[in-house]
Amino acid sequence: MRNNLIVSGSPHVHKQGSVPRIMWTVVFSLIPAGAAGVIIFGLDALWVTLVAVITAVFTEAVFGIWTKKKFTVLDGSAVITGILLAFNLPSNVPLWLPIAGSIFSIVIGKQVFGGLGQNIFNPALVGRVFLMASWPKYMVTFVKPFSFDAVTSATPLAALKEGKILEHLSYLDLFLGKRGGCIGEVCILALLIGAAILLFKGYISWHIPATYIFTTAIFVYIFGAKQLFHGDWLFHILSGGLILGAFFMATDYVATPLTAKGQIIFGVGCGLFTAIIRIWGGYPEGASYAILMMNAATPFIDRYTKSRIYGTK
Amino acid sequence: MVKLAENKHYSENKAIEKLPPPSKAYLPLIQHLGKICNPEVKVGDMIKLGQRIANIQANVYAPIHASISGVVIAIQDWPHPVLGRAKAIILEGNSQSDELTFSLKSRQEIDKLSLADIRKIVLDAGIVGMGGASFPTHVKLNPPKPLDTLIINGAECEPYLTADARLMVERTAEIAEVVTLIAGCLGVKDIYIGIEDNKPEAIKAFSRISKIKVKVLKSDYPQGGEKQIIQNILGKQVPRGKLPFDIGVLVQNVATIYAIYEAVFKGKPLIERLVTVTGNCLVNPKNLLVRLGTPINNLIDFCGPLKEEPAKIIIGGPMMGIAQYTDEVPIIKSSGGLLLMNEKEAETIEETPCIRCAACVRGCPVGLMPCQINLASEKLLWDLVKEYKASDCIECGICNYVCPANRRLLQTIKRAKLEGTK
Repeated sequence: MRNNLIVSGSPHVHKQGSVPRIMWTVVFSLIPAGAAGVIIFGLDALWVTLVAVITAVFTEAVFGIWTKKKFTVLDGSAVITGILLAFNLPSNVPLWLPIAGSIFSIVIGKQVFGGLGQNIFNPALVGRVFLMASWPKYMVTFVKPFSFDAVTSATPLAALKEGKILEHLSYLDLFLGKRGGCIGEVCILALLIGAAILLFKGYISWHIPATYIFTTAIFVYIFGAKQLFHGDWLFHILSGGLILGAFFMATDYVATPLTAKGQIIFGVGCGLFTAIIRIWGGYPEGASYAILMMNAATPFIDRYTKSRIYGTK
Repeated sequence: MVKLAENKHYSENKAIEKLPPPSKAYLPLIQHLGKICNPEVKVGDMIKLGQRIANIQANVYAPIHASISGVVIAIQDWPHPVLGRAKAIILEGNSQSDELTFSLKSRQEIDKLSLADIRKIVLDAGIVGMGGASFPTHVKLNPPKPLDTLIINGAECEPYLTADARLMVERTAEIAEVVTLIAGCLGVKDIYIGIEDNKPEAIKAFSRISKIKVKVLKSDYPQGGEKQIIQNILGKQVPRGKLPFDIGVLVQNVATIYAIYEAVFKGKPLIERLVTVTGNCLVNPKNLLVRLGTPINNLIDFCGPLKEEPAKIIIGGPMMGIAQYTDEVPIIKSSGGLLLMNEKEAETIEETPCIRCAACVRGCPVGLMPCQINLASEKLLWDLVKEYKASDCIECGICNYVCPANRRLLQTIKRAKLEGTK
C-alpha cells in the first residue's frame, strides 16, 4: 500500500515561466537603449547606470534583511528600477544623485508599500520626480551628444518651450538619438528594438503603448501649434521620454490596469496628460508625471473595467 | 483558452483492454452529485452482478449497483476519490458467476421506447455524467422545454486522457445508434459531435455517420467544458445564470452516451467504465475497462512494472483531477483517468507575490479576474469576492497554470466560492 503520496490541489501541471524570467527579459530588452546612451553620451552614462542599479539592488537587499522578508534581490525587479531611473537622468549628473534616487525609488517607491507587486506608483518614476523636485538644476542640464567634453545643451523639447527654432535637428537625428536628453530616452531605434523583444515574448501588449503614443500625437497635432491642426506630432513622438515611457514604464504590470479595456483608458490618459503638460504646462516634458497620475487612477480604472463574464453582454 | 502539453501519446493508440474483476469491490454510497444513497443490503447478503445495492428517493441522485457477484462483507467508511472518505459497501467476489451476461434487446423493443422510458432506464441504471461532473443523467433528459440541438462532447481536452478517444474509435456504431435514438425521442433538429483536432481517428470514424455532424475543435483547454463547447460549436453563449436547456441545447459526454447505450440496448446498469492509466512512471500505459469499486492499485499493477514509484497519484486529468492520499481508493463513476506522476513532476513550486501581469485574466475562459478574487479571498473579503463573480468559476485551473508567480489561484477561488454561498 502506498500512503506517502503527495497531495495538493489541482491543477497538477504548470506552465514554464516565472516572475524572474519576465524581469530579466525586461532587463535584457533595455540593454540596446543603454548601449546607445553610452555611445551618444560617453562612459558617464555607463557609470550613472551602474551606480543606480547597484544602489537599487543593495537597498533592496538591506531592506529585505531588515524586515526579515524573503530574499527577493535575484528576481530582477530592483535591477529594472535602477536601470529605468538611470535612463531618466542626464549623463552628467554627480554620482550621488543616482544613489539618492535609487534609495528613494526602492524604499519609498516600492518597499514601504510592501515590496514587489504592491507598489502603487512606478518606483523608478517616484525616484525621478523626487530628484526633479529636490535638485532640479542637475536634472535639466544635459550634455550635447558626441561632445564628450561636457558641453551642455537644452533638450529639443525645452528649446521648443522657450520658443527656439530647431532647424538643425532632422527627424532622423531624433530617431537615432543625436540630441540632448536623458541617458535611455534618446535613441528611439534602440528603444523600439527592446520593445519588440517584449512584444514578441508577449510580456507586454500593444494596448498601453499604442494608445499612449497615438493620443499624444493626435492631441499635439491639434493643439501643438499656434494654429489648430498644425502641431508637429512626429517631433513630439521622437522627443523627450515618450517612447521610453510608453513601452517600458507605462507598461509596468503592477501599477497599470488588468484588462485590455482598462489598459486602453490608461494609455489614453497618459497621452492626454503628456500632451497637456508639454503644450501648456510648466515643464517641457510630461511623460513621468502623466504616467504617475494614471498609476494613481489604476485602482479606479480596474474597478470599472472588469472583464466581460461568459454569458453576459 | 490555452494550449497545453497534451501528453496523449502515452496511451492514444492503446486499444481498450479489460481489467479482470477485483476480488473485492469498494462501492461508495455517493458517486454522483446529489443525495447520498442508502444501502439496500446488509452484511452477509449474497449479491448478484448488476443488482441494485443502494438507492434513495430524491430528485437528484443515482442508484448504485453491484459491480461483481459476491457477498457483502462490510458497510463502512472507505477512502473516496473525491470526498476523501465516505461510506461504502464492500463486496467480496465469488469468481464463478462473474462473467457479464447482458444480451442485446430486440429492435422492436427498442423502437417502442419513449423519452420517458429512456429516462427511467437511465435512472434505474444509475447513469451520471461521466466526463467528471457526475451529475445524474436522467435529470438532464427531462428538459423543461423543447430542445433543438444535441451536442455529443468528445473533446476530451484534459491532457493525458485518451479513454473517450478510444471509445469513439472502437464503439462508433453503438454511440451513433443510441444518439440517433435519443435525438429522435427528444425531437432535436441537429446532432453535433465536438472532437478536438488531435483525435483524427475519431473524427474519421464519425464523419462516416450521416446523421451526426462532426465539429472539429481546436485542441485548446478547456474545450470540453459544457459552456465552452456550446460556444465553439454553435457560436452562442449560454446566458449567465441559465442552463443549456434555456437555449435549447443538451450536451452529453461520449462516455455517458455509451453508458446509456449499454443500459438501453442491453439492460446493463452502470457497473464499469473506461479509465486511462497513464503517466511517466508507467512502462505500459493503457486504456482499461474497469469495474466500479476496483481499487486503483489493481489498475497500476495491471499496467505492468513501474519505471519509478509514483510520488503523486491523480484520479482524473492533470488540470482538474484530484490527488489521492492512498492507492486503496476505488474507481467510481466519475473517474476517467489515473495519472501517475514521478517525484520531479509532482514537485511543488514556491508561491511569490502577484505582479498583476494579468495572464490569468487573459486566460480565464469565463472572463473572470482570478488575481483579484485571489487577493480578496486571501484577505477574507467575501463581499469583494461576490463583486468579482467568483461563483461563475468553472474550476478549470487555467489561472493557476499560467501564473508566473505560481500563485494558488484556484484553491483560493474555490474557497471564495464556498464562502460566497454561505
